[in-house]
Amino acid sequence: MDGDDRELPAGSGAADGVLAATPAVPAGSGQAAAGAGPAAAAGSARRVRREQTGQLLRSPTFIVGALILLWWVACAVGGRSFSAYNPVNGSLAQFNAPPSAAHWFGADSLGRDVLSRVLAGARDILIIAPLATLLGTTVGTVLGLITGYYRGAVDSVIGRIVDAGLALPVVITAFLFIVALGPTTLTLIVVIGFVFALLIARTVRTAVLQERDLDYVAAARLRDESGARIMFAEILPNVFGPILVEFTVRLGYAIFTIATLSFLGFGIRPPTPDWGGDIAGSYQYLAAGYWWETLFPALAIASLVVAVNLIADSVEAVLIQ
Amino acid sequence: MTGYLLRRVGLALLTLLLLSIIIFFAGQVLPGDPGRAILGPFASSQAVAAINHSLGLDRPLLAQYWNWISGVLHGDLGTSYQFHAPVSTFLFPALGRSLKLAAVAFVLVVPLSIVGGVLAALNRGGLGDRSISVVGLSLSTVPEFVSGIVLIVVFGISLKWLPVTASAPAGSSPLIQLKYLILPAIPLVLILFGYIARMARSGTIEALDSDYARTATLKGLPRSVVIRRHVLRNSLLPTITVIATQTGYLIGGLVVVETLFNYPGIGRLIVTAATDKDFPMLEAGVLAIGVVYLVATLAADVLYTVLNPRLRLQGAE
Repeated sequence: MDGDDRELPAGSGAADGVLAATPAVPAGSGQAAAGAGPAAAAGSARRVRREQTGQLLRSPTFIVGALILLWWVACAVGGRSFSAYNPVNGSLAQFNAPPSAAHWFGADSLGRDVLSRVLAGARDILIIAPLATLLGTTVGTVLGLITGYYRGAVDSVIGRIVDAGLALPVVITAFLFIVALGPTTLTLIVVIGFVFALLIARTVRTAVLQERDLDYVAAARLRDESGARIMFAEILPNVFGPILVEFTVRLGYAIFTIATLSFLGFGIRPPTPDWGGDIAGSYQYLAAGYWWETLFPALAIASLVVAVNLIADSVEAVLIQ
Repeated sequence: MTGYLLRRVGLALLTLLLLSIIIFFAGQVLPGDPGRAILGPFASSQAVAAINHSLGLDRPLLAQYWNWISGVLHGDLGTSYQFHAPVSTFLFPALGRSLKLAAVAFVLVVPLSIVGGVLAALNRGGLGDRSISVVGLSLSTVPEFVSGIVLIVVFGISLKWLPVTASAPAGSSPLIQLKYLILPAIPLVLILFGYIARMARSGTIEALDSDYARTATLKGLPRSVVIRRHVLRNSLLPTITVIATQTGYLIGGLVVVETLFNYPGIGRLIVTAATDKDFPMLEAGVLAIGVVYLVATLAADVLYTVLNPRLRLQGAE
C-alpha cells in the first residue's frame, strides 16, 4: 500500500465499491480509476478477507473444531473452579474407584478424581503449545524470508542445516535437547519452537521464491528499497496465507509432540494435571482393569488434536485455493 | 543420471556430517558435566574431575568431536555409562527388533493406504472419498500412545483377541511373534495411512485428468485397463517418495509404541538412555535413527529416478 505505485489496468478500480469514496473524481473516467488504484486494492483486500472469514464460519468442519477447542480453552481458564474435586490431592479411600455418580470418570491410583484432572489438564498444554508454535512461526518466517529472498550462499548454508535438523523425527530432536538442557517449561517451548522453525522456514521459503520474481518486488528494488523493507513490507503480506495455515497445522502438531513428550516423562511434570503424564502414570494398570484412569485423558488428547486439525484443514481450504 | 545420483549421495553425506555435529553438541556440549551426572550430587569434585578426565571431557571440543566421530566410523560407538559395556552390543539387536516391528507396520500400511487413496480418487467428491479423507486425516493426527491405549482397551482387554505386550515368550515361532507385533503396529499404521492415502489420491486424480488418460478412454479402452495400465503406473510414482519420508514419522512413533507395549527396540533404548542420562547410548541411538532416515530417503530418490523414464533417459540423450 505505502508508496505502492503498481500500474493497475484502467478500469480495474471501477469494479470496486471503494471508488465512490474517492473524492473529486468523476465516476467512470478510466484515468481516475487508475489513480484510485491503491485505495481500491486495499478495499478489495479487506473485502476478500471478510469473504474468507464468512466462508470459514459457514464451514461445518471449522465450526465443530472451533467448538471443541473453545470447550478446552474454557477448561484451561476455569477448569479448576468448575470441577467438583481438587485435581492434585486425592483421597486414599477412593483409590482406583470405578466411574460412579460421585466420580463420573472414576478415581486414579492416588484417589484423585479423574474428571477433575481431565478438566484441569487442558491448561498447561494450551499455554505451552501456542507459545512454542508462535516462536517457531516467527523464527521460521524470518529464516524463510531471508533464504527465499537472498538465495545464494545464505540459502545453501541454512538449507543444509535445515536438512540435517529434519533428518530426525521432531519428537527425537526435542527429546535429545530436552534431556541435555533439563525438562523445564521454557526448554520445552524453545526446543519445540526451534524445530518447528526449521519446518516452517521451508514452507515460507517456497512461498517467497514464487513471489520474489513478480513485478511488485522488481518495482520495489528499482525504488531502491532496502532488503529488509522488501522482505517484511512487500513480500511478507503476500505470503501471509501460507504462514497462517502453517501456524494452525503446527499448533496441532505441537499439541501432539508435547503430549507425547509428557507421556515419555520429559514434558509437563507431575503432579501437575496433564493428560500425557496421567496416561504414563496409569497405563500399566490397564491390564488390572482400571481402564478409566487411562482412557479418559486419552480421549481428551484425541479430541483436542482432532479439533485443531479440523480448524487447520478448513483454514487451508479457504486460504489456499 | 549418474551425475545426479552422485550429487544426491554427496548431499546425504554432508547432511549426515551436520547431523553428527548437532548430536555431538546436544549430547556432549550442552549437558555440561557428565562426571557429575554419573556420580550424583554428593560426589567430591576431585572424583568428578577424575571421571571427566578419564572420559576425555577436559580436552578441546574439536578433539572430543574427532575422537567420537572417528570411533563411530570404526564401529566403536562408545561405552554406556549405565551398563559399562560397549554401546554396540545393545544398539544393533535393538535396531533389529525395531526394524521387525516397522516392517510389520509397513507391510500393513502400504497396500491399505494405496488402495484407500486410489479408491477415494476413483469416486472423487463422493461419500467414500470424503470419509476416507476425513477419517484418515483425523487418525493421523492422534498421538500413537492415545490410539495404542484405545486398541489395548478394546482388542487386548475387552475382546482378548491379541496380546497386550509386544514381546513374544522366548523361543516362539515366527508366526506367534508376528501375532504379538500386530497390535503395536496398528498405531503406526493409523498415523501413516492418512498421509500415504492422501498422496496416492492426489497422484491418481492428476493422472485421471491427464491428456493421455483421456486419449486412452476415447480410443475405447475399458475403464479398468485405463486405470491399470495408464493411471496407476503414473500416479504411484510420487507415492514412493512420500512413503520414504514417512519413515521419519514411523521412527518417532516407535519411541512411543515401544514404550507403551514394552518392546526392547531402538525407541525404548533411547528413552531408557535419556532417563538414565546415558549420553553415549543416547547419541548412538539418535545417530542410528538419522542414518536410517537418510538411507531410506536416498533409496527412495534413487528408486524414483530409476523408475521414472523421464529422469532415467535424461542423461542418455
